[in-house]
Amino acid sequence: MLSSRTARKLLKPPVFLICILPFFLIFTDAFELTGNLGANPIEEIQDRLGNWGLRFLLLTLMISPLRHITGQIWLILFRRMLGLFTFFYILMHFFTWLILEQSLYIPAITEDIITRPFITIGFLALLILLLLTITSTNKMQRKLQKKWHKIHRLVYSASILAVWHYWWQVKKDITEPLIYVVILSILLSYRIWMKYLRKNK
Amino acid sequence: MLIKRSSTIKSSEITSEDNYLNRRKFIQSSTLIGGSLLSSRLLGANLPQEPFAELDDVKSSLYSTDEKINNFLDVTSYNNYYEFGTGKDDPYRNGKDFQSRPWSIEVTGEAEKTGIFDIEDFVKPYLLEERIYRMRCVEAWSMVIPWVGIPLADIIKSFKPLSSATHVRFETLHDRERMPGQKSRVLKWPYREGLTMAEAMNPLPLLAIGIYGRALPNQNGAPIRLVVPWKYGFKGIKGIVKMSFVKSQPKTSWEMAASNEYGFYANVNPKISHPRWSQARERRIGSGVFASKQPTQMFNGYGEQVAHLYDGLNLRRHF
Repeated sequence: MLSSRTARKLLKPPVFLICILPFFLIFTDAFELTGNLGANPIEEIQDRLGNWGLRFLLLTLMISPLRHITGQIWLILFRRMLGLFTFFYILMHFFTWLILEQSLYIPAITEDIITRPFITIGFLALLILLLLTITSTNKMQRKLQKKWHKIHRLVYSASILAVWHYWWQVKKDITEPLIYVVILSILLSYRIWMKYLRKNK
Repeated sequence: MLIKRSSTIKSSEITSEDNYLNRRKFIQSSTLIGGSLLSSRLLGANLPQEPFAELDDVKSSLYSTDEKINNFLDVTSYNNYYEFGTGKDDPYRNGKDFQSRPWSIEVTGEAEKTGIFDIEDFVKPYLLEERIYRMRCVEAWSMVIPWVGIPLADIIKSFKPLSSATHVRFETLHDRERMPGQKSRVLKWPYREGLTMAEAMNPLPLLAIGIYGRALPNQNGAPIRLVVPWKYGFKGIKGIVKMSFVKSQPKTSWEMAASNEYGFYANVNPKISHPRWSQARERRIGSGVFASKQPTQMFNGYGEQVAHLYDGLNLRRHF
């Protein structure tokens, strides 16, 4: 069993680097050093950032069940880090849409957020993640105490909204969003099941 | 409208107006004598077997736009052709080994002349035209593509459709082995599209057999595909094997998949949003990461030629 201290020392730096890699690759692909962004680079950047945001969100949600099942306590050290990377990728996804896709054209941006349901729910998910990010520090955790847990349970709503946002955006082929739906369902069902077990103890 | 040639086509490859007219005269007189002695090249379109092969005798067209043409890589690597997969680069990757010969086209329905024709015979009587058209995808992106093809109206006339024909319906090849994307049930196969007879007889629709002066690459719909520049790109059915003259409005593949999102007409219209996104502006592929989207034009800018087709039609209902 790995102690928390060694995990922090040994694993945190490489995990951090791995997490930043997809972001880094967008730049090297943009300059065609590692690949390319294809004929529609804006769409590609936006899709990649959104996809990675979703992946990190699901990874974040995987930490607690994994720790529970394996008994490896040190895993919890990575939950906040993965959560913050989730917010980072989703925020970059949002900025790409705002700056590159919409060119900061305010009428189109507000129209989309208000009238396109898939954008509305994506935007809501972003706001929730923003709240979670602001309240993620140790200081905030101490300050909010019991409320902190309540607030951070909003991550479940955010994850549902985020996967739904992806599902809704796809033109016809729902294979990929379906994979996210399946994983998220398992992660959420696990929690419901555990809650049920605790109640009936 | 400006006549502008694609820079990718050498001027020597384009038939001059004089030659073109002379040739028509020559063809007329020679058919009286009996054209069978003449080489196919003199008679009209000669379709090479291989994708990318250069096409002979392509004349330019008054209907071409003078906007900047998209580069060959963008046009051939960013495609919607679900027969080869739903990713934008799937058609390029999965269409590489597709064999588009032998290929025949069946013409059926309400017409005097029907039958099954080899692709080579199907295009032979016509002269090839290059038409540089804007292509607006329903996904709110656009390109400018130098097509080479034959006006659909000329082809339709030769089959002498009966007055009972109200629409023309097209079908793509249905062959799961050759078109691996058809193993997925993402759309109902074969892909189906259609036009009203009035639309089909308009001078703009093209049955394209090439781009950039060369035979169509597989990912762009080899060996023959439809191009309807004032409609969203999905109307441009690819890999056509069947053309039917029918008596009622045919069901199209995207309409069958989601009738609230994709209508039969599918005319480019900035005022009518897709239920999930706006159609007011479009991203011109190749314009760069920092370019903003440009406004979408009614009928994709071809209103002068086609707006009259829809006089009195409620475009919001018939989208």
